Parts: sequence; C-alpha cells; structure tokens
Amino acid sequence: MNTLISIFPYAIGFTIPLLTAALGGLYSERSGVVNIALEGLMVIGSFVSAVIIHDLYPYLGSTSLWIGLLGAMIAGIAFSMLHAVASINLKANQVISGTAINMIAGALTVFLARTITGSGNIHIQMGFIPTDIPLLSKIPIIGPMFFTKTYATTWVMLAVLIISYFLLYKTPFGLRLRACGEHPQTADAAGVNVYTMRYIAVGISGALAGLAGAIILVTYSSEFNGNVAGLGFLALAALIFGQWKPLGILGSTFFFGFAATIANVSQVVPEFKNIPGFILKAFPYVVTLAALMIFSKSSQAPRAAGEPYDQGKR
Amino acid sequence: MKWTKSLFTALAAVVLGLIGGALLMLVTGSNPIEGYAYLFRGGLMNMERFGNTLGSATTLILTGLSVAFAFKTGLFNIGASGQMLAGGLMATALALTLKLPKELMLPIIIVGAMLAGALWAAIPGLLKAIFNVHEVVATIMMNWIAYWMVYYTVPAYFKGPMLETESARIPDYASLRVSWLTKLFQGSYINLGIFIAIIAVIIIAIILDKTTLGYELKAVGFNRYAAEYAGINVPKNVALAMGISGGLAGLAGAAFYVGYAYNMQIGVLPAAGFDGIAVALLGANSPWGVAAAAFFFGILHSGKGYMSAMTHIPPDIGDTIIAIIIYFAATSILFENLYEKIMKKIKANKETSTEAAA
Repeated sequence: MNTLISIFPYAIGFTIPLLTAALGGLYSERSGVVNIALEGLMVIGSFVSAVIIHDLYPYLGSTSLWIGLLGAMIAGIAFSMLHAVASINLKANQVISGTAINMIAGALTVFLARTITGSGNIHIQMGFIPTDIPLLSKIPIIGPMFFTKTYATTWVMLAVLIISYFLLYKTPFGLRLRACGEHPQTADAAGVNVYTMRYIAVGISGALAGLAGAIILVTYSSEFNGNVAGLGFLALAALIFGQWKPLGILGSTFFFGFAATIANVSQVVPEFKNIPGFILKAFPYVVTLAALMIFSKSSQAPRAAGEPYDQGKR
Repeated sequence: MKWTKSLFTALAAVVLGLIGGALLMLVTGSNPIEGYAYLFRGGLMNMERFGNTLGSATTLILTGLSVAFAFKTGLFNIGASGQMLAGGLMATALALTLKLPKELMLPIIIVGAMLAGALWAAIPGLLKAIFNVHEVVATIMMNWIAYWMVYYTVPAYFKGPMLETESARIPDYASLRVSWLTKLFQGSYINLGIFIAIIAVIIIAIILDKTTLGYELKAVGFNRYAAEYAGINVPKNVALAMGISGGLAGLAGAAFYVGYAYNMQIGVLPAAGFDGIAVALLGANSPWGVAAAAFFFGILHSGKGYMSAMTHIPPDIGDTIIAIIIYFAATSILFENLYEKIMKKIKANKETSTEAAA
C-alpha cells in the first residue's frame, strides 16, 4: 500500500504531459480534424523548449523554463498550421498529413539538433523542481498521494483542463466548435465559419501538444533526444478511451499513466515484480481496442472527424 | 486517374521535397548542389553502394506494396511498422531456435514471418469487418502492442551475449544474405529479400488486375455500398485485404531483420512502415509504381551516410526529404489542379493552332 502511495507523484508526473496532448487532440477532433500528428508536435515542442532553455538558462535562471514552455506552444501552433492547411484548405487525407508531420518533426529536429550541438541530443541545465504543497501535503494518505513532489506545470494543466471544459461545453464558442465536428453543414448554415473554427481548433491542439512535449522536458526527462517515446500515440489512445470528453480524458490519461509508471518501476519494486511489463505497457492499447469494439454501436466520436469540409456539398 | 497525371503529381512532390531539403542545407550553411551530388553518388556510385540501395529498397517495396494493397480496398494500413515487427520477431525467433539446413530454414522463416504479419493485420481487419472499428486507430494501437511485445520478448528469450537491447546475431544458415549475392555486390547489405520483393510485386499485380479476388477488392475500395449491392461479401474482403497487406509487411520484417540487419533491436518502431505510405502514394498504389518509388527512396537511404561523411550535413536530411515528399504527396490536389490547368492550356493552344491552319 505504501509503495502504491509513493509512486503516485511519479504517476501524476507522467500523466500530465499525456493529459495535455490528449486535450490538444480533443480540440482538433471535436472540430472535425483528426490529428495523429500529436506525437510530432510534441517532439517539436520538446526541441524548441530545449533550445530556448539551454540558451537562456545561464542568464535568466528558472524564468527561462516558462519562456521555453511558451516557445514550445508557439512552435506547436506554427507547425500545426501545416496540418491545418493540408486538411482544411487542400482537403488532404488527414491521416497522411498527420503522418507526414510526425516524420518531418522527428527528422527535422534531430537534423537541427545535430547542426547545433553536434549530437542529436540537447541537455537542459535544470528543470522544474518537485515541491511539496504546504499544509495540504500533511493530510494523511491524500497528502502524500497528490500534494507531495508536485510540479508547477501540474497545477497549470489542471487549470487548463477546467478552463477547457467550460470553454467547450458552456460557451457559444465551444458549441460552435463542436458543431463543426458533428455536422459542419448545419454549423455553416447557422452562420459559423467552419474553416476558421477548424483553424483555431488545430492551432490550439498544436499549442497544447507542443506544451506537452516541453512539459516532458522540464519535468522528468531534462533531455531532448528526437522522440517522445510514443506518448503522442498513447495520448491518442487516451482520447479515444476517454470517449472525446474532458473528464473522460482525465480518467483515461491517469489510468494509462499509472499503468506505465508501475511498468517502469516494476524492476526495482518487489511488489510489482511478478506483473509482466509487457502486459502493463500494452494494456492501454489493448483496452482502447476493446473500448472501440464495445462502443462501436454507440461511439461518441465526432461524426465529421476526418472529413474535409466542402461548402459546395451543403 | 490517368498515369501521366499520377506521374506529374509524384514528380512534383519529389521536386518540392528536394527543394525543401536544399533550403535546409542552405539555411544550415551547406552547399545543396554538393550535398545532392554526394547523396546520389553515395547511393549509386559502385556495385557495393548500388547493392545497399537495393537492400534498402527491398524493405520499402514490401511495405509500400502492403500500404498500396490496402489502399486499393479503401483501407488505410498505417500499421505496416507493427506488422513488420511481428514478422521480424517471428523470423528472429525461428532463426535463433531452429537448426536446419539453409534450404529448409529460409522457406520456414519467410512463411512464418508472412503469417505473423498477416495475423497482426487480420486483427484490425476483423475489427473493421465485424465491429466497423476504424482501421487507422486499430492499426496504430497494434503498432504499439507490437513495439512492447518486441521490447519484452527479445531480452527475455533471444538476448545476445553482450547487450540487453538486441537479439543474438542471426546465424549464417538462417540469414537471407547469401555469399554469391554479397560477393557480386562487393559485400553490401543486399540479400535474397530483393527477389521476394520482386516476386511480390508480380503476384500483387496479377491479383489486382487478373483475378476475381482483385476485382472484388477494388470494387469494395471504390464504393463499398455498390459492391455490397452487387453481391460482394464486403466484410470478408476487408478482412482478407488487411490480412494480405499484413502478410506483405511481415515479409518486409523478414527481409529487414534477418536479411538487411544481423539482429533485432528493441525500442524501435521501424520507419520503413511509415515510409511505405510515401512509397505507395508516390507509386500511385500500382505495384510497379511502388517498385520505382521504393528504389528512389532506397537511394536516399543508402546515400545519406556517404553524404554526411563527405560534408557537414547530418544524415537525417534523407528522412526529412522523404517526410516533406509525403506531405506534398498528401496535398497532391494542388498539383492535380495545376496539371488540369496545363492540359487545358495545351488543348486550347492546339485548337487555336489547328483553327489557324484551317
């Protein structure tokens, strides 16, 4: 039990980037654009923040971390526009466009990293330091689980989650955005500019995915190495398993994050030694397949996701 | 689509990809003309390098065929990487377990890898056929299940003497490399896989163009409702198309892991699976087009190391160019419109000139 509590902070640390990327995917898919480029956008975010922090840390100290996060978001937006142009204006196959962006991101960042540093890796001097929240961390059980060794980014992202929920479900903007993903023709007839909404949604997904990549860097990895180990695809699985809903995503990302953390520590923690790592690591993908099977008749997937919008077909 | 139009869009994507690469070289302070000269020389300048190009192309032909075959049935197999891993793991397992003469060993390995790949793709195929689960999502999930399967199986059962992160070396009697071919190409990576790939191109061309099965698969790809109305069993064809597609990717796994490479590394989702999408797009999903596109990418792959050794350009430029080409192949509607415009102009010019002559 104590071991379980003690791995909670690590599980949360692993969950947050996953949650961030999955939220990005939520915006995009809810507006009707499938975004399997999350992985590549995360790599871009991780790369840009690594370069910024590496260069600015000697002058600005820990302020550079926040500038790095911001830079990652801007780079994510810029790169996601490639996907937006392809899938919104040029009516490209969104899966191919997303795959192309994943590949460009992986190759281009390593190319640039090698040009800058000579090797494909970029180290940052310092990341965020996990801290205990005063008072709250003293609460028995809950304190050690949720309020010890927390990163500043964790609280920022929980706030973003709550804001996203209100934005998508309680504002006219959110209603319009979701309408573009369910029935773009109707949204258009009601006066919503489907193209603009989709651009905004893809841009937000780029910002969040870039941020997710940067969060990995400034919390637990502290090194850019050209990939984010498939977390973008894990986020995609979490988005589906969470049935395209903010709270569902919170649940699924934590579920997957916890499983991955147990798999990572199973070598050193005797309690988990008997659980095969393969089962834990493959578990998110298997349950997502199972969920797709079970919910195939009543899927909550945005109905128009993946289809380019053609005004002429209205 | 007319083949001239496919060729035009493919060439446009390639040219833009090369221009993108040239810009990157310029920005990072290198000479693009020099860079490309070394890149293409590195892929073609002697028998050894030409053999390496064919060795790289082998995997790409098979993954490209895999993606293209699924496309013909209206399916998007983005899981060629995972199917390659499944095939490669089966091939590695057989190669390191069985001890038989090479003549027996190779057919067993090849068939085993093909079946493993087919099985890995048949799961998303069946999910699509029975539950209408989107094959893109399902094959992505299968990719990562395969990734972790290899990650934990290889160190546990097929570990080499030195490293935890790779399998033991594939013994000579189980490798697709044969001495006469290696000698002919002066010690390059080329192996029997190239013949498997060429045979696969021919067989897939025959299946698609000359058989009832091919006709049904294409009919499902054009319009599944019309196909259903015409009495074609759509679910059966969907599952079958995915199975065959996966079998091709499984063969790519064998060609790569027990032919091109000496062992199986863990923690890598083979890029060839995604490059296969580019190959299929550029080849306009036709088997011979796939072979040509794979050869071109083979040059980029085997030439990039030489280029990077002779200049200061990092080898990752090769992958960047391929990725840019895919992006422009995906947005081919741009070039299709351009092609239509050019053709219209040519037609109009002809008409005015014939009128003038009359």
